[in-house]
Amino acid sequence: MALKTILTRIGTYLLVPLLFLLLWGLAASHLNNEVILPGVGQVTALLLRPTENLISMGSLAVNVAVSLARVLAGYLLAVALAVPLGVIMGYYGTVFRFLNGFLALFRPIPPLAWVPLVLAWFGVASLATLFDVQRGTAYLYLNNLKFSMIFIIFIGAFYPVLTSAIHGVNGVRRTLLDSARVLGASEGDIFRKILLPASFPAIVNGMRIGLGVAWMCLVSAEMLPGSLSGVGYLITHAYTLARTDIVIVGMVSIGVVGALLDLFFRVIEERKFAWTRLTR
Amino acid sequence: MTNDYILHLEGVGKTFQTKNGKSIKAVQQVDLDVRENDFVCIVGPSGCGKSTLLRMVSGLEPITFGQVVYHGQEITRPRKEIGMVFQEYSLLPWRTVIDNVALGPEFAGISKKERETRAMNYLRLVGMEAFARAHPHELSGGMRQRVAIVRALANDPDLLLMDEPFGALDAHTRILLQKELLRIWEQHRKTVLFVTHGVDEAIYLADRIVVMSARPGRIIETILVEMDRPRERSHPRYGHLAEQILAILEKEAAQNFSKNGNILEEPF
Repeated sequence: MALKTILTRIGTYLLVPLLFLLLWGLAASHLNNEVILPGVGQVTALLLRPTENLISMGSLAVNVAVSLARVLAGYLLAVALAVPLGVIMGYYGTVFRFLNGFLALFRPIPPLAWVPLVLAWFGVASLATLFDVQRGTAYLYLNNLKFSMIFIIFIGAFYPVLTSAIHGVNGVRRTLLDSARVLGASEGDIFRKILLPASFPAIVNGMRIGLGVAWMCLVSAEMLPGSLSGVGYLITHAYTLARTDIVIVGMVSIGVVGALLDLFFRVIEERKFAWTRLTR
Repeated sequence: MTNDYILHLEGVGKTFQTKNGKSIKAVQQVDLDVRENDFVCIVGPSGCGKSTLLRMVSGLEPITFGQVVYHGQEITRPRKEIGMVFQEYSLLPWRTVIDNVALGPEFAGISKKERETRAMNYLRLVGMEAFARAHPHELSGGMRQRVAIVRALANDPDLLLMDEPFGALDAHTRILLQKELLRIWEQHRKTVLFVTHGVDEAIYLADRIVVMSARPGRIIETILVEMDRPRERSHPRYGHLAEQILAILEKEAAQNFSKNGNILEEPF
């Protein structure tokens, strides 16, 4: 590729973000009030030192790691439940009719609406309570994974994954199933060798959306009592101290981590499922 | 069983229930016997239920009336002795060609090494060994159907059901594949039940042609082809047979027209 085309391409990607930063910088210097809008440099400086202790809450990196652990706990639970359930609901019409009405009732409830109920159920109990760990490093890690947070994140991720698994299985062409049956496939073979691989692209797409939603539920989950760490808590705590720069730093890191997670799935889709694009 | 028929259809019929509670008769009162090594073609207008009939023989479609008996056993579910090739694209798109062909042996629990050897032998049979590691989307329509045919054969069925397998191919490829199918059939001596709406295709391939009526499909005529293979399309008997079959179909269509006021019924 010619240097010029490469430069043009990079330029296309960067133009809008750079314009945005420019406007932000102009607005910040015009307002000259760092509680309303801190400068670009101030936020960047914080982002460039991710291991520095912020408002005595630990570093940005540690808080992001804590949040990530929470999201993954709730998310993996949702995937582990929604994928098999979705595949079964997609394949067996009876199971679908049996469960769908019930599940559809809960689908429109925003994860945040569960907060009071979840607090009543779980309080500040965490995985440390479950495994009966009361001190040491293990306690510090496990106590950060509150049931209530995991539940909120779980609810957020569950439906996108479930819906896409059902949808994926529904979209499997009948001829594929028929030809497998004629070749002597058992019911187990049908699930493992036809339904799952055929609906895998749809499932991964749902997992991608689910992870996005799970990540978005994070802030609400981390606003729950008992939370003393995490990006979401960092943001709310920084807000009470009028540290808008840290609020923005938290938001930026949520955005960056979310985008990276999304990229991870996009790479998988690109690598593993080239056949979906190339098959008519 | 007292005779050498391997497949015996007796009073086979199919009625579908539509969503609004109406029932539609797709196939009615079909009696058919197929002898070992027979090549039988079923021709009929589109939507006449010939594919439904084939699916009932395969065990994929529940039978409403009558029964299908294979080697003295009633067919109620698919079985590996009865293979099937579909018109639509039926290869698993995420698997390579060789893994597609090895699918039947894989379901049967045969070791990876052995099933790959077997699959490779069958791919060689249709000159596709160079494409063993390709994915289906890299193949042309004709190549895909070749793979679909050897996939059915790799499961070593006695009876091969073919549901308009060349229907989606261009004319030239279709003729090539017909030739190839006959070569395989003569080498492996399977029994073939082949559904088509192409009269020419049926005459080229079959020992016996079964002509079906419009829906509800029943057998209106059975014709023995009795020509040596390979058959010349220019042979007088070829043309004569084609004329005969087309006349039957035309008469059927005319009757159907006067009955329903519509030749083209919506396909099933």
